[in-house]
Amino acid sequence: MRRMHEMSLVVSLLDIVRQEMEKHRAERLVLVTLRCGVLANVVPEALALAFEVQTGGTPFEGARLELTEEPVRLRCSCGKEFSPAASTAATVFSACPGCGEEFGHLVLAGKELYVDHLELE
Amino acid sequence: MEVPVIRNLLEANDAIARQLKEMFRARGILALNLISSPGAGKTSLLERTLADLKGEFAMAVIEGDLQTDNDARRVAATGAQAVQINTGGGCHLDGAMVLESLSSLNLDGLDILFIENVGNLVCPVEFDCGEDHKIALLSVAEGDDKPEKYPLLFNLSTAMVLNKIDLLPYVDFDVDRAVRFAGRLNRNLLTFQVSCRTGQGLDAWYAWLREARKVKKA
Repeated sequence: MRRMHEMSLVVSLLDIVRQEMEKHRAERLVLVTLRCGVLANVVPEALALAFEVQTGGTPFEGARLELTEEPVRLRCSCGKEFSPAASTAATVFSACPGCGEEFGHLVLAGKELYVDHLELE
Repeated sequence: MEVPVIRNLLEANDAIARQLKEMFRARGILALNLISSPGAGKTSLLERTLADLKGEFAMAVIEGDLQTDNDARRVAATGAQAVQINTGGGCHLDGAMVLESLSSLNLDGLDILFIENVGNLVCPVEFDCGEDHKIALLSVAEGDDKPEKYPLLFNLSTAMVLNKIDLLPYVDFDVDRAVRFAGRLNRNLLTFQVSCRTGQGLDAWYAWLREARKVKKA
């Protein structure tokens, strides 16, 4: 199941879910919440589809996936920290509100991709 | 019940990547992850490099493709060790695939391991295969705005190899534009302009390989 990297990501996601359910002796997965930076190269629709495909017909069937997009935060080489307005992958190129430089910003946030919490029964 | 988790989706791959890095470090193997779109010339660059540096280094190649072992056979023809991974439709190699394929290679005395990723400028960037450097390969038969469109690859790569420069008179590729944008994404990015067909510019690439190898061995 590695077609499209969202498929592999859901494989990893369900591994984490299984481990956490075992740890908490839970029987049913109700909800997974994911935090996903807009620069994480993840297409939310593809991830949702991969989740549906890989949970259907399994004990996870019917579980919900909630994805929250994390905004980009950049630091310009002039030292200014800012969040660009538009939320596309191109935001790494945004002009610095301090000095106008468009390139070479350090990405402080926006690349993260992690399971935030689970709702289990 | 609500359970806080905070676990990175790529943690399993990152753990394997750390294991690979440790293995490469202990053996002093320089590992390079070659990433490009299909047809940019990854296999041609390897064929040239493996043939030209045959007397200097012991080299091996892990070939990632959706189907066929055509590329592994091409590089094996140079005398280097080669192992093919067929991802069966998968868009990238990951740490586990590389780890598994290492069992088919003799690592004793190996100097350089090339990991030729699946042709794709997006997904392979996300999966650390334990390499020392990612090498982005771009050909002038593609658009000169590739660095703008796929910033993460150029941001994370050590070098950009610009291939097929013998075609420059026939295409609209603006080398300055590509180099300028790539450089803005990554101030330390090295650029090698080469033609794997004519051999032009390969000496600079080889000089860098020798240097990177020396640093790894030290």
